[in-house]
Amino acid sequence: MAIESEVLVVGGGLAGLTSALAAAREGAEVRLVSYKQSTLRQASGLVDLLGYTPDGDGPLTDPYEAIPDLPTEHPYSTVGVDTVREAMDLFDDVTDYAGGHTDTNALVPTHGGTVKPTARYPRSAAAGLASDDRDLLLVGFDSMTDFDAPHAAAHLEAAGVPFDVRGETIRFPGDLRADAKVTRYAKLLDTNGGVAVRGRERPAREALAQRVNPLVDDEQRVGFPAVLGDDDHAGVRAALESKMGVDVFEVPMGPPSLPGLRLEDRLFAALDAAGASIETGNPVVDYDGGGRVERVYVEKNGAEIPMTADQYVLATGGLVGKGVESDREGVYEPIFDCHVPHSDDRYDWFDTDAFGDHPFAGFGLRTDDELRPLGTDEAVEFENLRAAGSVLGGYDFAAEKSGSGVSIATGYAAGTSAAAEVR
Amino acid sequence: MASTPHVAVIGGGSTGVGIARDLAMRGLDVTLVEQGNLTHGTTGRMHGLLHSGGRYAVSDQASATECIEENRVLRDIASHCVEMTGGLFVKRPEDSEEYFEQKLRGCEECGIPAEVVSREEARAMEPHLAKDIDKAISVPDGAIDPFRLVVANAADAQEHGARIETHSKVTDLLVEGDEVVGLEVEHDSGPGERVHGVESGREEIRADYVVNATGAWAGRIGDMAGVDIEVRPSKGVMTIMNVRQVDTVINRCRPKGDADIIVPHETTAILGTTDEEVEDPEDYPEEQWEVDMMIDTLKELVPMLEDARTIRSFWGVRPLYEPPDVGSDDPTDITRDYFLLDHEERDDLHGMTSIVGGKFTTYRMMGEEISDHVCEQFGIDAECRTADEPLPGSEDFSVLRDYMDEFGLRSPIGRRSVERLGSRADEVLKTDGPNPTVCECEGVTRAEIQDAISQSGSDLNAVRIRTRASMGNCQGGICIHRMASELHGVGASDASGGSGDGTSAGGYDEAVVRRAWDELLQERWKGQRHALWGQQLSQAMLNYALHATTQNRDNDPAGGDAVDFSAFDTGTPSGTGAAATDVATDGGATDGD
Repeated sequence: MAIESEVLVVGGGLAGLTSALAAAREGAEVRLVSYKQSTLRQASGLVDLLGYTPDGDGPLTDPYEAIPDLPTEHPYSTVGVDTVREAMDLFDDVTDYAGGHTDTNALVPTHGGTVKPTARYPRSAAAGLASDDRDLLLVGFDSMTDFDAPHAAAHLEAAGVPFDVRGETIRFPGDLRADAKVTRYAKLLDTNGGVAVRGRERPAREALAQRVNPLVDDEQRVGFPAVLGDDDHAGVRAALESKMGVDVFEVPMGPPSLPGLRLEDRLFAALDAAGASIETGNPVVDYDGGGRVERVYVEKNGAEIPMTADQYVLATGGLVGKGVESDREGVYEPIFDCHVPHSDDRYDWFDTDAFGDHPFAGFGLRTDDELRPLGTDEAVEFENLRAAGSVLGGYDFAAEKSGSGVSIATGYAAGTSAAAEVR
Repeated sequence: MASTPHVAVIGGGSTGVGIARDLAMRGLDVTLVEQGNLTHGTTGRMHGLLHSGGRYAVSDQASATECIEENRVLRDIASHCVEMTGGLFVKRPEDSEEYFEQKLRGCEECGIPAEVVSREEARAMEPHLAKDIDKAISVPDGAIDPFRLVVANAADAQEHGARIETHSKVTDLLVEGDEVVGLEVEHDSGPGERVHGVESGREEIRADYVVNATGAWAGRIGDMAGVDIEVRPSKGVMTIMNVRQVDTVINRCRPKGDADIIVPHETTAILGTTDEEVEDPEDYPEEQWEVDMMIDTLKELVPMLEDARTIRSFWGVRPLYEPPDVGSDDPTDITRDYFLLDHEERDDLHGMTSIVGGKFTTYRMMGEEISDHVCEQFGIDAECRTADEPLPGSEDFSVLRDYMDEFGLRSPIGRRSVERLGSRADEVLKTDGPNPTVCECEGVTRAEIQDAISQSGSDLNAVRIRTRASMGNCQGGICIHRMASELHGVGASDASGGSGDGTSAGGYDEAVVRRAWDELLQERWKGQRHALWGQQLSQAMLNYALHATTQNRDNDPAGGDAVDFSAFDTGTPSGTGAAATDVATDGGATDGD
């Protein structure tokens, strides 16, 4: 006997979580199955809507204004700008992100020293905005090679930021080894654990603040790499702010990204609160059905467990998340074998420039207006399957800075219409 | 002689640095110029095979004999560059028994230790060999790191007083009457350690003798003096796998053919190669079918290659040379022997000799012969010592010490660093500050990166070839910006110069660093383009996302149009932190919400 639900969402990233949440909030009985860790841990934790047009214009101040002019195959064109707004309202409702007070993009300093346009940012990054003109001090840790504060500061200066910026490198208090994981720093600050400083045991937050305080000149805000706590990151930041007398913020970093993981936790909690069932750790490997998906099979300890639903959402990610795969012969979607348009010649998949116009960045499914995947013959592949997020094609999230926004908007649209079908 | 003769060597590949080291050790005054990095040409684009000579034991026994001789020499003088993997010539059922016997006999005739191994024995050594192979011949093939070897030769030449100039392109030869008296170079970066585009310019280098060791580029140099050097460049593709599917060198035991060798190299295995004549050593097609053929042919020996992950492919050009009267149609027929072209004898042009042809494994022998020849011109009687004196890094290096504890490194990282550095490990790894890993794929720590920067200046590609950083599975996706930061931060323990030459008090200027960073990013992309399917395509998308999305490197405002910062979100009171609870700031922060 199969495990049953009304809406079954495959995939636990931003798109999957949003679609499950949207469907559950519409009253549908929802189950979400996800396999490995989602790519949120590889993302910065910033939520971009649209930073640049496909032609490269930008940074855009107002992403909503640019959406109606996007090409028709773009997922935003499929769902429409009103749906994007509704989806962002849902996101704002279940998270504590900042930026929702305005349609205008923010510019956030990156760990590489550039600035990036984004629509929503974690509270922990809020004091770091590059359009805020207060002087800024960046502080890096000498054993953390991912963030070099003096280099990032020099780069920001070269970018013409409207404030003075300096970088300082310190040794993190205590005796963490040179290759300590970022979670090690976060945990130590979370628990405010004791660290040895000049032979004396001090609480980590206090020791860190004391080490940075003498380095602060007139700056009113101080940025650290994004390792300031995990479970109690707000508490860590508040403690540092009160001990240092300045605003404290985090500079988002590459993987493993604590802000990305925190966002994931937040969304899973919201989904749980909305009453959805969640099952992680096992892949969906196969399905039954013709014009309709009858059931899918989840591989668990070598067995294939059937799961049935009325409506399905495919949110397995793109090339990075392995929702889209390839071999020397071609590009394919591994679960339902939905059609992925691509050139037969592998050498047409990329551009010769590292940041050129890469066709592979747009690999993914094409859909109808309801986000149902289309086959080679333009016909809907399955009447009860919708796709959301990076598994969709027709846009280059990296160049546009639109990844999170597309995931949230299409996830919301897919979840909402799937729920409408079962009501 | 009234003064020491000054010899200018053109070309910073294995042959050029071999000559420079040899001449410098014999007391001559040497300047070497190279248009790119050391190894920029053919040397940096090979599969890193240390020939036993087995490969030439049937077709070219003179070369085979030289190979085994030099194989032994390099094991002595370059121990930290060599991994003696051993090699197998594997016969499949469809390959000729007669050739197998010829190969075995040829090895004996050339003094190459060779032994027949059965299918079972071969598969016990290399479990991923195809089940249906017949048998194999084992020979002392090995793997050698051409980058490390060339850097060590250049470093030793410098120790003996030579001047080594990279990124210095020869723009003309100075010819007076019937004699070459020097050369004119264009420095991309100014003399000394490389600084991108800050201090560049033309320099006339007067020399008593010029050696043209530019391999496939030899004809270009010849043209500048009006002499004709007919090098026949021949391209070959090599494909890098993400792991070592084999631990010994695997050769196909059949007469010449494409795609017949797999060389285990550091953490990877390299598939090779093809042999196809090209017109221009710098501009030739790099095509998909060549990569596919490599995999499809070599999977006959190692079936798992069919589905294995490749991380990039690259092409190199052989500097083949054929004396004018031979006239082969097929580049695989051209001898791998080397030739000294004395332009005085040949073209009545005094003061210059070119060296063409040859193989990487015999680079030292070529250096010896041309150094003898140069010394002869000046009536100098100085002995060659390059076969006896170890290269820097290889002295007294016999035991791998436990560097993990001593330098606080995790064990595989410590071991690999010490293997790479050889006897220089102490000097490089001892540091007062923490020594975190910068490149996780290849286990390269900050101390090694800083050491490489101190040798090569602001060129991150040169740092790469010295350390292997950015050469692993992720192809620099995770570490390129970290390497750039090391360049910016250089000087904390090892100041490399004051401001005004592109270095600021703390290291190189941000703009210099940014250029080096972009250059390495593009260089890493170049080879990955030939591996874009499956896992490597997924990796490429991740790298693209990390650079373009997380860092916004593709729209870096520092390199682009000015941004109107005031038009963007400046945050809300509740969004700018909670500092106001303790201390008033002028940010107008209130405890909002």
